Amino acid sequence: MTFTFLILAVIILGSALAAALRPNLIHCALLLVVSWLGVAGFYLWAGAEFVAFAQVLVYVGALSMVVLFAVLLTRQSRAELRVDAPETRRAVWAVIAGVAVSGVIGAAVFATKWDPAPVTAPEVTVRGLGLELMGAHAAALLLLGVLLTAALLGAVVLAAPDRPEKEEKS
Amino acid sequence: MSPLQGCLLLSAALFSVGLVIALARSNAILVLLGIELMLNAANLNFIAFWRFHSGAAPATGVIFVLFAIAVAAAEAAVGLALVIALYRHQKNLRLQEATRLRG
Amino acid sequence: MIAAALTTDSFLERLPVLARDTVTGRLPESWRWMAGSLLEIIAILAGFGLLFAYLTLAERKILGRIQNRPGPNRTGWFGLLQPFADGVKALTKEDVVPAGADRVLHFLAPVVLVAVSLLGFAVLPFGRHLVAVELDTAVLYFFAAGTATELAVFMAGWASHNKYSLLAAMRALAQLISYELPLLLSVVPVVLVAGTLSTTKIVAAQGGWSLGFVPHWHVFTPWGAAGFVLFMVAALAESNRSPFDLPEAESELIAGHLTEYSGFKYALFFMAEYFGMCALSGMAVTLFLGGWGAPLAQLEWIPSYAWFTAKLLVLLLGFIWIRATLPRLRLDQLMKFAWKFLVPLTLLNLANAAGWSLTAGWTGPLQLVRWAVALALVAVPFVVLGRTLSAGSAPRTYRFA
Repeated sequence: MTFTFLILAVIILGSALAAALRPNLIHCALLLVVSWLGVAGFYLWAGAEFVAFAQVLVYVGALSMVVLFAVLLTRQSRAELRVDAPETRRAVWAVIAGVAVSGVIGAAVFATKWDPAPVTAPEVTVRGLGLELMGAHAAALLLLGVLLTAALLGAVVLAAPDRPEKEEKS
Repeated sequence: MSPLQGCLLLSAALFSVGLVIALARSNAILVLLGIELMLNAANLNFIAFWRFHSGAAPATGVIFVLFAIAVAAAEAAVGLALVIALYRHQKNLRLQEATRLRG
Repeated sequence: MIAAALTTDSFLERLPVLARDTVTGRLPESWRWMAGSLLEIIAILAGFGLLFAYLTLAERKILGRIQNRPGPNRTGWFGLLQPFADGVKALTKEDVVPAGADRVLHFLAPVVLVAVSLLGFAVLPFGRHLVAVELDTAVLYFFAAGTATELAVFMAGWASHNKYSLLAAMRALAQLISYELPLLLSVVPVVLVAGTLSTTKIVAAQGGWSLGFVPHWHVFTPWGAAGFVLFMVAALAESNRSPFDLPEAESELIAGHLTEYSGFKYALFFMAEYFGMCALSGMAVTLFLGGWGAPLAQLEWIPSYAWFTAKLLVLLLGFIWIRATLPRLRLDQLMKFAWKFLVPLTLLNLANAAGWSLTAGWTGPLQLVRWAVALALVAVPFVVLGRTLSAGSAPRTYRFA
């Protein structure tokens, strides 16, 4: 339990909570980017450099861009960026569900008997990671490539206009 | 409290915040972002167990997270394409109104 | 840690490290690491800050010369004090924030931009012993650090509450996403052949000479030359420089995402642009041009950081020259260029580099085959793709000229 970890936890949770409460969609998206950056910081703290940089590259570099693009493409006026506050009943039930979930997990965390022996940090070099990915996990890597290609094509098909002739009429 | 417990509690809290966002907000983009947050919480757990818990092969946790990040990227791409398609059909992103199955 | 290697080097080579050690040597043991890092940060900030100042001047001078005018020449000798005059002007100007602007994001955008564009310098090996942070995953870090610039540009465009700014932000997002792909893909062959993500090891892998005078730089292999050109084109687009300066196209969008910025914040955007340019050029030098390595064994007595600086300056001059030469692309041309031309070429180049590293053991006449195949894999797709994509658009007939 170090000081760094506490700061990271405050950043991650604080920005995520703020995102849950802000009415402005762009602010929510940017606050969530801060939260993702915090998670990347957590990976750095835990010693998983490669994962941390991959997280920044994918989440901050690619995902946030796509999200912001979607926000800008699906708005009619600036006023529309103000998402209406959640309805009270739904919000209350959502919070109850959230508290219940974290309560159950927290209880499980405290109830479990953890191995008290201190663990030495595992050594993972980039080279070792690459060999592992290309060796034992090669099949999964190929499948992942197929999945990403399928997702790319699916996204294009979904987002492209349905029928060009229909577009011209409207 | 051991570091592992702290990490797991952080991840649980992050997961809950994601869940609350996904359940309470009605904007489709925000729901998607809430789901991403939950995925992040899961990844946090993988790294926490990899770092503070012995037993697994040395690189398993890291590789698991790398795969999860890639899958999350694919999921977000398709999800946001769906959001744009939804917007084209009903001119807003309120999920309560997205009740028709036919365009 | 590097004391053993130090003794064999010349005095000039050791000078920066010696200077650091004399300063940190006076401090207690536990403070040295902190003080050393601080000194490195100060050195990078001062060095590149000065480079930024004189780069703006050089750019204006060179652009002026190319356009047949003298450029700034009133302040100081030959206009040498012009950057400082500009700095004073930017500092003393009124800072205007539009009434409808999102004040927090409007303020944060330039700050985030400059901070992020400085991060990349941490892993660039400026000389034999001059790298601020030795990372196993340095290349990945560099590009991860660079991605947040897009976010800052978007923040600037959106927070300004101005339609031109917003259009510029959209354009910037589309452009940066599109060119991120060829930029990263053109780096992958280098990582593949060098077998490491560490910048220092990539530079070390390019040491040595074949035939006594051809350095083992990646740019002197077919895939490396193609990769270098592709990287530089993508870098040009990533740093929003002409001919890819659509986000701030002054003839269409006033000044794009900079429209509502004034005073020092405006200067910060320029600072970030030049820092980004320097960082990407430094990365190109590291990846393709042999980093701090000397081109000839006889010239190794010149310290390594001088070579790095020289190569960096040549690339920056190239940036300026291109700005003066090429007209701006149209948005559809920009997208077509990235997705239909650069991305396929980078993917082919990756295959080319893989083949190159697989055939590393070939000798004698087989080596000629190796070179011929690699060259063909670079030249044929380039010509075919280029011809196909530009079919119908050239030669252009000027009806009214």
